[in-house]
Amino acid sequence: MRPEPFGLYNPVHEHDACGVAFVADLQGRRPHGTVHTALEVLERLAHRGAAGRDPRTGDGAGILVQVPHAYLAEVAGCALPPPGDYAVGTVFLPPEPAAQAACIALIEAGVVAEGQTVLGWRDVPVDARALGAEALASMPRIRQLFVGRQRCVPSAFERRLFVIRRTLELRIRAAGVDPQRHFHIASLSAETLVYKGMLLGSQLRGFFPDLSDPRFGSGLAVVHARFSTNTFPSWARAQPLRYVAHNGEINTVAGNRGWMEARRRQLLSSRFDGSLDDLWPIIDPEGSDSAQFDNLLELLHLAGRTLPQAISLMIPEAWEHDPSLDPARRALLAYSAALMEPWDGPAAMVFANGHHVGATLDRNGLRPARWVLTRDRVVLASECGVVDVPVGEVLARGRLEPGRIFLVDLETGRVLMDGDVKAELATRQPYGRWLARNVIHLDALPAVAPPTPLTGRAQLRQLSAFGYAEEDLDLILAPMALEGHEPVGSMGNDTPLAVLSRKAPILFDYFHQAFAQVTNPPIDPIRERVVMSLATAVGPEGNPFEETAEQCHQLVLEGPVLTPEALARIRVVEAGAFVPRTLSLLYPAEAQPEGMEAALEALLVAAAAAVDEGVNLVVLSDRGVDSEHLPLPALLAVAAVHHHLVRVGCRTQVGLVVETAAAWQVHHIALLVGFGAAAVHPWLAMDAIAERWPATESIPRYIASLEQGLLKVMSKMGVSTLQSYRGAGLFEAVGLDAALVARHFTGTSTRLGGVGFGVLHAETVERHARGFAEDAVGSVLPVGGKYRWRRQGEHHQWNPRTVALLQAAVRQGDAALFAEYEAALDAGPELRGFLLPQAGTPIPLAEVESAAAIARRFVTGAMSFGSISAEAHETLAIAMNRLGGRSNSGEGGEEPHRQVLDPNGDSRKSSIRQVASARFGVTTEYLVQAEDLQIKIAQGAKPGEGGQLPGDKVDARIARVRCSTPGVTLISPPPHHDIYSIEDLAQLIYDLRAVNPHARISVKLVAQAGIGTVAAGVAKAGADVVVVAGGNGGTGASPLSSIQHAGVPWEMGLAEVQQVLRFNGLRDRIRVQVDGGLRTGRDVVVAALLGAEEFGFATAALISEGCLLLRKCHQNTCSTGIATQDPRLRARFTGKVEHVVQFFMFVADSVRQRLAALGLRSLEEAIGRVDRLAAAAPQDEKAHALDLAPLLAEPRGPHTTARFCTGFVERDDKRHLDVGLIAEALVGPHKPPRVELTRTIRNTDRAVGARLSGEIVRRFGAEGLGEDRIVVDFQGSAGQSFGAFLAPGVTFRLAGETNDGLGKGLSGGRIAVFPPAGSTLTSEEQVITGNAALYGATRGEAYLSGRAGERFAVRNSGARAVVEGLGQHGCEYMTGGVVVVLGLTGRNFAAGMSGGVAYVFDEQGDFASRCNRSGLELSELADGDTWVVRMLIQNHVRFTKSPLGQRLITHWARVREQFVKVMPVEYRRALELQRTGDLKEAS
Amino acid sequence: MGRRDGFLIWPREPAAARPVSERLSDHHEFVEALGAEQRTQQAGRCMDCGIPFCHQGCPLGNRIPDFNHKLWQGDLRAAWEILKETNGFPEFTGRICPAPCEAACVLAIDKAPVTIELIEKELADEAFRHGWEVPRPPPRRTGRRVAVVGSGPAGLSAADQLNRAGHTVVVFEKADRIGGLLRYGIPDFKLEKPVIDRRVALLEAEGITFRTGIDIGRTLTWTDLRAAHDAVLICIGAERARRLEAPGADLPGVHPAMDYLTQQNRQNAGETVPDRIHAAGRHVVILGGGDTGSDCLGTALRQGAASVTQVEILPEPPADRAATNPWPRWPLVRRRSSSQEEGGQQQFALQTRRLVGDTHLTGLELEAVRPDGGRLIPVEGTGQHWHADLLLLAMGFLGPELHDLQKEFALAATARGTIAVDPHFATAIPGLFAAGDAVRGASLVVHALSQGRECAAAVDAWLRGRPSVLPTRGVDLSFG
Repeated sequence: MRPEPFGLYNPVHEHDACGVAFVADLQGRRPHGTVHTALEVLERLAHRGAAGRDPRTGDGAGILVQVPHAYLAEVAGCALPPPGDYAVGTVFLPPEPAAQAACIALIEAGVVAEGQTVLGWRDVPVDARALGAEALASMPRIRQLFVGRQRCVPSAFERRLFVIRRTLELRIRAAGVDPQRHFHIASLSAETLVYKGMLLGSQLRGFFPDLSDPRFGSGLAVVHARFSTNTFPSWARAQPLRYVAHNGEINTVAGNRGWMEARRRQLLSSRFDGSLDDLWPIIDPEGSDSAQFDNLLELLHLAGRTLPQAISLMIPEAWEHDPSLDPARRALLAYSAALMEPWDGPAAMVFANGHHVGATLDRNGLRPARWVLTRDRVVLASECGVVDVPVGEVLARGRLEPGRIFLVDLETGRVLMDGDVKAELATRQPYGRWLARNVIHLDALPAVAPPTPLTGRAQLRQLSAFGYAEEDLDLILAPMALEGHEPVGSMGNDTPLAVLSRKAPILFDYFHQAFAQVTNPPIDPIRERVVMSLATAVGPEGNPFEETAEQCHQLVLEGPVLTPEALARIRVVEAGAFVPRTLSLLYPAEAQPEGMEAALEALLVAAAAAVDEGVNLVVLSDRGVDSEHLPLPALLAVAAVHHHLVRVGCRTQVGLVVETAAAWQVHHIALLVGFGAAAVHPWLAMDAIAERWPATESIPRYIASLEQGLLKVMSKMGVSTLQSYRGAGLFEAVGLDAALVARHFTGTSTRLGGVGFGVLHAETVERHARGFAEDAVGSVLPVGGKYRWRRQGEHHQWNPRTVALLQAAVRQGDAALFAEYEAALDAGPELRGFLLPQAGTPIPLAEVESAAAIARRFVTGAMSFGSISAEAHETLAIAMNRLGGRSNSGEGGEEPHRQVLDPNGDSRKSSIRQVASARFGVTTEYLVQAEDLQIKIAQGAKPGEGGQLPGDKVDARIARVRCSTPGVTLISPPPHHDIYSIEDLAQLIYDLRAVNPHARISVKLVAQAGIGTVAAGVAKAGADVVVVAGGNGGTGASPLSSIQHAGVPWEMGLAEVQQVLRFNGLRDRIRVQVDGGLRTGRDVVVAALLGAEEFGFATAALISEGCLLLRKCHQNTCSTGIATQDPRLRARFTGKVEHVVQFFMFVADSVRQRLAALGLRSLEEAIGRVDRLAAAAPQDEKAHALDLAPLLAEPRGPHTTARFCTGFVERDDKRHLDVGLIAEALVGPHKPPRVELTRTIRNTDRAVGARLSGEIVRRFGAEGLGEDRIVVDFQGSAGQSFGAFLAPGVTFRLAGETNDGLGKGLSGGRIAVFPPAGSTLTSEEQVITGNAALYGATRGEAYLSGRAGERFAVRNSGARAVVEGLGQHGCEYMTGGVVVVLGLTGRNFAAGMSGGVAYVFDEQGDFASRCNRSGLELSELADGDTWVVRMLIQNHVRFTKSPLGQRLITHWARVREQFVKVMPVEYRRALELQRTGDLKEAS
Repeated sequence: MGRRDGFLIWPREPAAARPVSERLSDHHEFVEALGAEQRTQQAGRCMDCGIPFCHQGCPLGNRIPDFNHKLWQGDLRAAWEILKETNGFPEFTGRICPAPCEAACVLAIDKAPVTIELIEKELADEAFRHGWEVPRPPPRRTGRRVAVVGSGPAGLSAADQLNRAGHTVVVFEKADRIGGLLRYGIPDFKLEKPVIDRRVALLEAEGITFRTGIDIGRTLTWTDLRAAHDAVLICIGAERARRLEAPGADLPGVHPAMDYLTQQNRQNAGETVPDRIHAAGRHVVILGGGDTGSDCLGTALRQGAASVTQVEILPEPPADRAATNPWPRWPLVRRRSSSQEEGGQQQFALQTRRLVGDTHLTGLELEAVRPDGGRLIPVEGTGQHWHADLLLLAMGFLGPELHDLQKEFALAATARGTIAVDPHFATAIPGLFAAGDAVRGASLVVHALSQGRECAAAVDAWLRGRPSVLPTRGVDLSFG
């Protein structure tokens, strides 16, 4: 039921997220009320689901219930045996009668074949009147099938039903009786029943009249509302699935599925009579990530594991770095790791069978889930307040915690907390003893002498032959070996794709790292290291259906990079059942082009044979290259062996280790592991290091750098554990032959095809000759020139000629020089150079729209004030304002005075304001001044990574605009902590629109495979503009490996976005902006024809104002005065507004001329006209291998005609609660008198206060209204973002609770939340607010009488808060403000905190163990602190009436000593300096 | 790179030189060594730019940031090896190059480029001092024979490279010593001749044969030469000097600059020079404001001239770059040569109307000119008479002497009078290649060295029938 791939679109990239909930009865009853409540919950989660083009066609909604026997018995139309003796299935069938009949015949035969009986069919009544046209058009016929149990016990019956279902799925697909692929079995069980469809949550109840029948009862109901990144007809993809309903995304699903394939031979279960082989593939590769998870969970459960057991195996908690964990529990988790890699990614996973219902969260707690318990039932949902429970009935409230399980036993009515569940699991087997006896550790193996390192000339030959350049030693290895970190660079990558390079690039260079954007968050591998693990196991795995001691007989390594000594030990390990063998990767140098493929195939045969002979540890080695022998690329060998062994089903019987000269940097190691290696020994790099620097220190530093880099690569994809990353293939190939990739890098996308074995062989020969050609002259390595331009090295689009020409052209206003500049660039080796605009009937230039009109579509790239100097930043802003284009503030805030015009009328204002992960300077004032609010999800230089502004670049002026402290380092987190999924993005868009309804909202993405579906999701989330950034561009500082290897060119991203938006019928409602390496008029025209409406330039604009690509942005030593804050260097800035204006006018003129030649009168006429582009036939052999047709594909379908945005969609939420507040409180043009208002509030009231605050600041400025002018008393459960951006003078008091995002961006207002009157619960034990409260707050106060969720006060830079307890990662990245915690904190408190102060009431005295103490000082309260803390607690009592606060004040003398002060060292020093006046105000 | 903020800490230290009074008393070099510490600091000023404009600015493609980096790290030897990779004779360029690299250095925007040329000289001298410059004959001989005609910078660098590639190289020189323009055209105070001798000795030790006193086309025909070799390289320079077209140009006391400079160099080398042109006590006028003119100026001052005046026909260049002459292009500005710092006067925008004198030059009549649409026209009423008893003509060169060559081969010439070659330095005659000033026209030594190397790689490829094993300077992305 999903669409076929076309162009650059592939349906595997679909993502979804949602609202999820369950309601369970605790009295052992099956009342209809459960169903009724669940549907109500679903309706209150409507904002978490989505609709597509058609507002009445939902992305999917559904409900899972216990089989409602009483009801079915009456309506089935056939006699039903007692409950348990029959199963009911919800079956989607083709509406066409013939196909339907054929399916039914096959189904009935299938049931009978398994020895069961068909009792009858029932047409499920549906009322489709409310449905949208698209849902209607794709609606299947929905029938219920009743199957009678024959000759098997009830538990075996479920397995039979599974076999029946899986067999039918395979058979009906193979038979082709259902060409439209409507056939789907939503559920088939004696215990549970699913109703679902392509519906909105609010439509479910009406669509299935069954659900409203009072006789329709169940003890549990799981509901789900889906938000998909596309709108393709997908009835089957609605959830709940058969066992789960999932909010989140499994990032590693491809790898998980691959590993299950690899286990095919090992999968033996006595519980399945026949072989599972007939049912293969068990995991449906076409299913969504959630569906694939469901597939395996079902299998593990039916094979004998309980649901909690299977769930904790698939989503284990983060145990690796938690010393406080109970040893038995730890042993269970370590043992589980030997059985199976985690399914990694954000997940609120609700699971159920007929007896249990429960939920768990991923290890990092990236999805919200709140529960409320009463005497007779429990409700768990993505949000609190989704069901109205009278205050007196609440027994407890809580939230699901990271990695924790919450379970309800429906039969006993017991609610089991995580500790109970895990304790039971941990004692099932003697896991600890098993581990102690079986796990092998490296240092326990006997020492073996490693080979003698190569040195001198012999080493030089190998280095040359494997493609090392001198810069790889100087720029890559040296920093790792000497300083222990990966090198950093800046100014992006302007070298050709590997497929367009003539420098014999190594195979690694053809691969681009995947990264998370929008649909799941990247992780911070430094600050959130506690959730990550690099542990890797080498050796065979057993049958995951079983639990035996032998299954953990593996060699466990701390990390995947091996020293020579480690490999020497492993190579001869024969402990127990280990049988190692080394396979050589060498092949004869005289081999013809076919030689490489033949050698590879021979290797595959040898590997499979080795496994058959009992070898269970294979070392692939490329040692021994000489003049007669070439090396197979290690990456090719690893991936090919891995996939071959998967194909033949024996992969998990063997551990794969690589000993290679070819790998030396992080990207290389990541690829080898990502394609299946358990461990890597980069022998030549280590030899090279050992010869140059003392090995005892440099090798460990090198390994540490590689491992830190590997964590970063994993984390940018949101993967926490190396075990899940391994073999997941989270890369995109660009320029490799499709057949080669399909066979040896199975599952990896290579959308433009490209070179195959012939070229790879030739390039291997060419590199080999550098080291071994007979008469090679010279004694130094090739220069490389990838990172810095060199005449002898790789081509760069920005080179002495192009830079000098551009500067001369704009300074002299010389159009001829500009033409020369364009010609030089347009001839460069880039994809766009092969996309040729096809001339039409030329028209006179005068008929083409003016250059001024064209220039209004130009924007400058996001570069923050901070990363570049005020002079450079403001020059760009003035230039863009003169042109009528837009400049971009970047993520560093903006000085408010730039809003004021210069005497000559110039404006220094950035009309695009970025909202990035750090929220620097994102105040209400900043937001309301913007014309365009850009949510930066990713940036081209380092998608999926955070950033850092070193303290020495933070002067007083920058600190002021970023709301921080001079001299204190500022960290940008990798993710937005309020965007972990697509529906979160929708929420942030909603928040921003509330605060500034007049601004366009744009979302910036970076090109990679799948960006199209993300862009569709962005459109559905309500954005006005989507920015497609190429992966090469980027002006910012970034690790070199990220600059080079993450993201793909904008041509690919833009074409895909355009295709998918059109395919989804969404193109008319969102504008598309492109950036990332645009330089010339040709670039603009090609981008327009591919579908862009607006065009961003960053580097070219910087060069116009004087940048020379020194690539020193990260060092504060830019001698052109641009990327620096050093006053001596800023004085050297020579850029002029006129130069920048001249550049854009030249580009616009060039565009005009090209449009005239095309016969087009305006850019608008060009947008999306891919039919006017043709692929060139390049002469170059490598380029010739590319297939550019996918870039030029056009979608066909009913709503695909729009090629560009036809107008902004009216999205003003007139029902926003603030509308009434504004009407009552802000009367007239003057500041109002004090008003007090009361309101009830519910979870569907979101971003309350944001709109009011935006209005206040717009009218009265950043200082708002002054103290307490507007006071609102709320009652109820507030929706997300309660009090977001709250302005000074507004106080919100809420009796109740709130969801995530409380006080987001708080800008001076005050929030107090406390339990409602009548609550008898202990406030510090109850959860009162959700995750990421006070994210990015800059000013104001918050008093919360209860516990908060994860990441409380993340990136707070000025607010003061009191809270009675919080979850993990509290005060993360905080740079200012004060937080007082009166109760327990979760793990990893204050990670990355560089400013501000936290005071924690540490009654148990164990707080220090939960604090991430890096860079922090913990101390007792000094006198000054005492005053602050006490005053804040007194305020807390005053605003919330907190009994805890009152107690503390009463016993202040005693308790004050139990407070711990947490303060960053750097911050303290900066404050001291400030006091002594050493930090002078910058000019 | 050097120190991150080195360029902010340490100012550019120009070459230290002996005081003028002292250096005018001899003909020896006057640039002094920097010393290790200063040298390291100066290298540490290099910013290792993402786009090293200096590296493009150098006609040899020297990897300037790379050797600066090694030097900064204290690895003198590695720095020298990187330099040698692109420049066979850094001891020449380190002395006599006008350093277009420094003009293109990013720090030159603020007029304080890295002292690249001096660093180059020091690296070269240190290499000799440490004994790193030893003969490194090629491991294998290809058996191919190559003749190089002319032993100036182009010929020498081509011969060096071809020899490295294993070919058997013979260099033919019509003069009695090797070095061409280097030896005879450049005064000792800029390049002492033992510097050439030690290089030639190394090249000989590496297997190159030098045959002096053979004037191809006369002593031996070009045809025979071609027949005896697999390839022939024509590196004969551009010796045809521009003549003075004015009445009296044949008066005694009027001499071409090259004759004058050669004589002094021969004198310095201990040869007996008959009929010496000597400036002692004379009033000397030099026509031509370029490098050769400056060399004459320095030589005349050393000989004890009564006065020296250097006359340039073009207007005085501006002190600073014009808007149309932006960095990183070669700056068209007024600069003072080291000889001009030593004394004498400079005059601009004057042309010679006629020379005065009966049996010997006594003076000259000059008049002012001004530019007019690409031409220079006289300014009415500006005639003036100058006293002079020695006039040196340093007005540039017109191209190679092709007369003999064209008698034997139908060799095409360009409109500028130089030898026409294809991008691989091949003439239309198979096996006949040309490089250096003979192709480019009179230019800098560094251009000749570069052409020699590039030509050698082309010849090597031609001889092998596959890509050359010799390094090249790489792509040329010049900025005009």
